Amino acid sequence: MKPKSILKITALVSAAMTGAAYADSHVSPEIAGAMAARQAHMGLYNFNLATLGGMAQEKIPYNAEQAAAAAANLAALSMLSQQGYWLPGSDSSVEGSRLKVEVFSDFETAAKIGQDLALASAALAEVAGTDLASLQGAIGPVGKACGDCHEAFRTPRN
Amino acid sequence: MRYWRGLAVTILVVGVTGLYVSRPQPLPASTFDGITGDATAGEITFAAAGCASCHTAPDSDDPSILSGGKAFATDFGTFFAPNISTSGTHGIGAWSDLEIASAIMRGVSPDNAHYYPAFPYAAYQKADPRDIADLIAYLRTLPAAETPSKDHDVGFPFNIRTSLGGWKLLFARSDWVMPEPQNDDIIRGRYLVEALGHCGECHTARNALGGLDRSAWLGGAANPNGDGRIPNITPGGLDWSAGDIAEYLKSGFTPDFDTAGAEMAEVVRNTSQLTDADRAAIAAYLKAVPAVPDP
Repeated sequence: MKPKSILKITALVSAAMTGAAYADSHVSPEIAGAMAARQAHMGLYNFNLATLGGMAQEKIPYNAEQAAAAAANLAALSMLSQQGYWLPGSDSSVEGSRLKVEVFSDFETAAKIGQDLALASAALAEVAGTDLASLQGAIGPVGKACGDCHEAFRTPRN
Repeated sequence: MRYWRGLAVTILVVGVTGLYVSRPQPLPASTFDGITGDATAGEITFAAAGCASCHTAPDSDDPSILSGGKAFATDFGTFFAPNISTSGTHGIGAWSDLEIASAIMRGVSPDNAHYYPAFPYAAYQKADPRDIADLIAYLRTLPAAETPSKDHDVGFPFNIRTSLGGWKLLFARSDWVMPEPQNDDIIRGRYLVEALGHCGECHTARNALGGLDRSAWLGGAANPNGDGRIPNITPGGLDWSAGDIAEYLKSGFTPDFDTAGAEMAEVVRNTSQLTDADRAAIAAYLKAVPAVPDP
């Protein structure tokens, strides 16, 4: 198995284990479920972005079919309703969460970043299967949207 | 009586000597002799030095509007980045090049007062005066912002600026942390990391007086605002390849395709403007610094 595949599987298993750990903590089942769901969602973004980014950085060979599929997944993920994930009380004051509490008072910024991600992912999905240059040209805005959200609403690791 | 008189004289001599050796010391007038600033080159220095990361308004994404106002919470109080735009009233528009350079490289204001080390002059003092001249030339091309600077919120005794002279003597060391780099790439990386990029200001733990612990250089530190921890970026905490580090500084993507967050996202906005060679130099330096074990 390739190291990258091991990395992806490890990340997903870790996310699932983190979710299970919440069940044993002191947070309510609603908060624990919301945190597990949103981190799984982020894990799926990451899984597909790893394929696209690996090709864009030429760490793995470009494959049009795989690129198109991963980009379509990203675009679909960005359109899913996340309304139930972002529950007040699920911020970084809870163990296992790195969410800044400001997200609950700055909905406008969060919504704008979500819209940017949806638009950038849709644009990427249109061209990712064309060729490597098209993929490389369209992945930047996706990364920027991810980074904007992490800058505004994610705390550094402990 | 003779004893008390002797004690008083001793205290007076020590006090006067202390005030003298810790006095604000602006740059010598000859600093820019033979140097003419180049604004185009200064734009890169502006990015490398991370000026916009602190001096833009808290709600602004425009790196050219240096109106200040961002708050920096520390154990000593909250500092607010000042307006360094070209406003003659609220910014630095009326300052001479030498006054601006003395602020940057010596932490001394035009009215001869010490600046607080929240302003990383301890790192910038190692900068090449030519780069600072370029930077100043670039700053002078940026728009004026007519926003008054906010006063720092610092309590006694830290609000006594005279005492900062003692702090500088103790902690604002001008020697390189890495004394003998092994090749030209690492020498360039040392310059970008230790001087312009002032990476140690966040990534190195501090002692009780706010001085950097050079024995744990870049080994990670508590985040002053309480959110998480600034990571260890020595080989003891960061196992990325040099290529991974350079890519992160360019695109913000980690090797496993997470993205830079929090304050580091601002840093990547700056490092993304550097050349590939400079990002590779930073990576080479970070691979060469002594490993600090994670706690």
